[in-house]
Amino acid sequence: MSAFLQAIGYPAWALHTLILLPVVGALVLMVQPVERHVKWTALGFALAELIVSLGLWYGFELGTASMQFEASHEWMHQWGVTYHVGVDGISLMMVLLTTFTMPLAVLGSFSYIKKKERGFYSLLLVLTSGMLGVFIALDLFVFYVFWEIMLIPMYFIIGIWGGERRLYAAIKFFIFTFVGSLLMLVAILTVYAVVGTGTGTYSFDYRHLVTNAWMVSRWGPWLFAAFFLAFAIKVPMFPFHTWLPDAHVEAPTAGSVILAGILLKMGTYGFLRFALPLFPAVAMSPVVSTVVVTLSVIGIVYGALVAMVQPDFKKLIAYSSVSHLGFVMLGIWALSLQSIEGAVLMMINHGISTGALFFLAGMLYERRHTREIAEFGGIARVVPGLAAVLTVVSLSSIGLPGTNGFVGEFLVLVGSFGTQPVATVIATTGVIFAAAYMLWAIQRILFGKLDNPANEKLPDLSLRELVVLAPLLAGIIWIGVYPGPILRRVEPAAAALVDLVRRPAQPQLLPLTPQPRVNE
Amino acid sequence: MLLQPALVVSAVLFALGVAGVLLRRNAIVIFMCVELMLNAVNLTFVALAQQLGPEGQVVVFFVMAVAAAEAAVGLAIVIGIYRHDQTLDLGNINLLSG
Amino acid sequence: MANTVDLVWLVVALPLAGFLANGWISFFRPQAKRAVSVIGVGVLVLAFVVAVAVVRAAAGVEPAWFFVVKLWTWMPAGNLVIDVAAQVDRLSSVMLLVVTGVGMLIHVFSVGYMREDPGYARYFAYLNLFVFFMLVLVVGASFPVMFVGWEGVGLCSYLLIGFWFTEKANADAGKKAFIMNRIGDFGFLVAMFMIFDATGSLSFREVFESAPVHFAVGGTTITLITLALFLGCAGKSAQIPLYTWLPDAMAGPTPVSALIHAATMVTAGVYLVARSNILFAMAPLSSAVVAGVGALTALFAATIALKQWDIKKVLAYSTVSQLGYMFLGVGVGAYTSGLFHVVTHAFFKALLFLGSGSVIYALHHAYHHTHAHEDAQDMRNMGGLAKYMPWTAGLMWVATLAIAGVPGFSGFFSKDEILARTFARGAEAPYFYVLWGMGVVAALLTAFYMTRLMLYTFHGPNRTGERERAHLHEAPWVMTGPLVVLGAGSLFAGVLNLPEVLPFSGRLEHWLEPVTEAGAVYLPEAHLAHGTEWALLGLATLIAAAGMAGAWRILKPGSLVPARVAPAEAGWRLLLSRKYYVDEIYGALIVRPLVWVSDRVLWKVVDALVIDGAAVNGSARTTQLVGWIGSRLQTGRVGAYVLLFVVGVLWLLRAVAGQGS
Repeated sequence: MSAFLQAIGYPAWALHTLILLPVVGALVLMVQPVERHVKWTALGFALAELIVSLGLWYGFELGTASMQFEASHEWMHQWGVTYHVGVDGISLMMVLLTTFTMPLAVLGSFSYIKKKERGFYSLLLVLTSGMLGVFIALDLFVFYVFWEIMLIPMYFIIGIWGGERRLYAAIKFFIFTFVGSLLMLVAILTVYAVVGTGTGTYSFDYRHLVTNAWMVSRWGPWLFAAFFLAFAIKVPMFPFHTWLPDAHVEAPTAGSVILAGILLKMGTYGFLRFALPLFPAVAMSPVVSTVVVTLSVIGIVYGALVAMVQPDFKKLIAYSSVSHLGFVMLGIWALSLQSIEGAVLMMINHGISTGALFFLAGMLYERRHTREIAEFGGIARVVPGLAAVLTVVSLSSIGLPGTNGFVGEFLVLVGSFGTQPVATVIATTGVIFAAAYMLWAIQRILFGKLDNPANEKLPDLSLRELVVLAPLLAGIIWIGVYPGPILRRVEPAAAALVDLVRRPAQPQLLPLTPQPRVNE
Repeated sequence: MLLQPALVVSAVLFALGVAGVLLRRNAIVIFMCVELMLNAVNLTFVALAQQLGPEGQVVVFFVMAVAAAEAAVGLAIVIGIYRHDQTLDLGNINLLSG
Repeated sequence: MANTVDLVWLVVALPLAGFLANGWISFFRPQAKRAVSVIGVGVLVLAFVVAVAVVRAAAGVEPAWFFVVKLWTWMPAGNLVIDVAAQVDRLSSVMLLVVTGVGMLIHVFSVGYMREDPGYARYFAYLNLFVFFMLVLVVGASFPVMFVGWEGVGLCSYLLIGFWFTEKANADAGKKAFIMNRIGDFGFLVAMFMIFDATGSLSFREVFESAPVHFAVGGTTITLITLALFLGCAGKSAQIPLYTWLPDAMAGPTPVSALIHAATMVTAGVYLVARSNILFAMAPLSSAVVAGVGALTALFAATIALKQWDIKKVLAYSTVSQLGYMFLGVGVGAYTSGLFHVVTHAFFKALLFLGSGSVIYALHHAYHHTHAHEDAQDMRNMGGLAKYMPWTAGLMWVATLAIAGVPGFSGFFSKDEILARTFARGAEAPYFYVLWGMGVVAALLTAFYMTRLMLYTFHGPNRTGERERAHLHEAPWVMTGPLVVLGAGSLFAGVLNLPEVLPFSGRLEHWLEPVTEAGAVYLPEAHLAHGTEWALLGLATLIAAAGMAGAWRILKPGSLVPARVAPAEAGWRLLLSRKYYVDEIYGALIVRPLVWVSDRVLWKVVDALVIDGAAVNGSARTTQLVGWIGSRLQTGRVGAYVLLFVVGVLWLLRAVAGQGS
């Protein structure tokens, strides 16, 4: 396989293609004459994207933490901006998660989106580019550009195709994210300037900045705080999470799926890729560490408890995301090899399981035009297929062993115990609450008496819906039983990260005079 | 030469213009007061050009051209306002009030 | 020989295949009941045969055989490497045979019991899945793999308790079971984290072999680990304080109660303690806690069983009580005795449940014929059934004698051994005499309530109803057949491990020695003088006789009236029949406050008011306010603007002029 990839020159064009293909797709959709065919074209592009990205999986070289499939292109030379992209084990998984989710999101929208299809699918494709760019950027300027690019399509997706309170939700989503990202921009520019002054090389290059970021010295806490806010809002960590339930509830199915499946991962990815490597000393200082771990644990328990009492199914899933992402944050800050690997795996799992839950919520909504749990009840008898899938997905969401959820949660917790024992034990109670809210919810939806006459004639899953759900189910079982291939790809990157953050090699003093070029 | 009196005249003219703009409420009058200020400045330029070289006179032509353009646009707006509100009292026109 | 042992994966995979096949059928051919029966029962029979072959092959290898069959690497993450591997040793082989053997019988019974249920295929799919997970639990070679089975059986229990999910109560019971189990699983998880932190491994072999290196006897770490593990056991094996789910779990079909909630799943906790015997032996405090909780549960549940009217509820509390005995056994270091009781209990309790299933089946059909809506599980609606179902009655008497501890029956030996070992430990600390006393009282109560059950169900006048009586008859052979086999087991399983004072004693003990000797180093089994042992045997016999005779004398089945006309209970009877109101107390103290806080405080106040209201919308409003203040300058009057403008220009001019001078 790898020889074939070499033969077609894959490593050189893979990432460029991944970014450009959806943009081309969006343009094609714009000029496509027949609006009815738009969704099929979009699906085609999304699938092509998936196929292209599969090469990354097969061509990925195991056992090394260095960036692979690197490609760069001069952009704004005088400011040191280079279009520089590449993937390591962690970003590889995020890229694949994105390309895996997008075709499903497109296919899952076929019957949900009934107005302005052309615009909707174009935006989805543009969004794909934006998200992929965030995951593969190796230049902080490029990263920031993509970070903002993906914000805009999502804003419109919620604002145009959303539910009744879509405008409120869209604006809330936008402002929350934007507040964080502007501060992050300031921080990026500061790091750029300080490092530029210190080394004599003004460049936004990731490695250059990571290597020399120690120069920011006493600015460190402030700059870290800016990054932290941007990412914490995106994750979202308690108490920055309130945009999430609104955005999730109002967004159309595909929007919720992408939001939960991929967008939230940008926050945690940002921590792994930028916040920790740039400011290891600050991030791991006792105060910051305590605060973050505490917030994560609060998020886990709080999200679960609040999820338990939600009358709205989508809102319940949204709060469960707060809880799940709390585990990821705990894993990241516990900073052991297992916990980081677990965190990455959990990011993937959450994408799959919560994505599937949102698809199912959307399917229920399409049938009954309500998200209220109380409106359902006893429908397992009329829609056994949907009931079975919902049960399996819920079990994956609560981390039943044998499903993907368990592997991630277990690795996070077992890895975190060594460094954060108390937090881990409290976090582990999350598994109890998770069972409580999820089982209670599916019980109120699926089991009991079928007492609402509106539910008597619900159709079971259609073939298209099955096609959407099947890959997710396969992922749930596959990762649950055999996560080895993923873990092996993530491990070197995770190990390198732990290493980098554990022992910041550079002195913590700001040099008084500009230094000659150090490297780059 | 005549520099001193010319500057005094232009200062007086300018002050008159400012006072007019500040005190009058009729759009046309205010408009004319603005013209008055422009021409006061023109007078200064011309007067000083005798000492400092011809650039001042060049600027005067610029100002005249701008004033002409301003007159065209401004009068058009004044007519527009009149048609809309049947008045030229600027005290009544406060659409930009916050 | 090792090649045959490798086939252990097949034992586990067969039920899984059965689950997949039956699951497929349940969606696409729900009426193909014959195929379902063949597949569902067939995979179990095959699994049992393969299991026997595996154990035989392994047993040929002496001494102390021990095999780990690795299938694939599950979680490779740095120094944590968890393999999907099966461990075949003397302990797991016992459970392997019990699970597949008893499971097979219960599957056969189910063919008759569930024959008319529309969810027949789904039922067998779940049942196969349960056996799969139970086997994973039993043969898993590391804590996490065992945990897969551990939670998996919990899932199947959830699915099967709520099998008739259109009744809200059933679904509720399933949920309760799952959540209670999860509380226990929390302990199990924390224990795993601590074990990995301390030893750097999670595989049984490495952890147990290195335990003496990593832990100090009686140290804090090992005590915490074992206590956390025991929390897991308490959840799964329904011990105080997590026992309340088991009686509710009787909402499931009766064969499920027999298989999951009596014979196999609920004994997983005992299995775990026996498996980790070295850890518990190194933590005397935890062992004492295990024994104490076991004894307390045995006594407590036995009292509740005295006043239950639902035949299955009596058996459920009896199960909780017997599980208490098992924990008492493993808690005092008598790992073999605990496990011995697991085996004998699997036989007689499965028999009791299946027998009660037979009875319920008969009553249900009788009521069905006459279209009456009476409770087919209430003993007040039974009575005198021995006449109509002689086989069931006879076999259930066998099981009753076994559980009551009548000499010669299996339960006598296993229960007596536990009590004897507890008594022997009394020499160390009087605490164990107290536990022994509780065990003896519980044994007396056991004999009493079981006799009560038999008396009310099978003897005295019949209270089912005039018209229904004509339809009462013995269950079909496919149901009584398995009962016969289990009856034989209840009778003779005692010979597996006879007391020391008898010939052929301690076979199971020797069999398990390679597993238990690790723990025996730290917690040696106390031995009794022969005289004392004989005395204890005599006392046990006396107790059993007293309990049964007492019930026979005191209870008057003739004075009972059918459930629908029965008077309300009062006083201590009410307290017992309401199970000491423990469910109500949990609800009032834990569940409702938690939901209330989540809803009214966390969601509606913290989330909606504080964070979203004050912080988020508050900052938005602050921005608005600042903007509004700024906008006051914007009068909209040209004059005002010009005035400001002129003032500004003058001020600037002054500044410039000031600089110039």
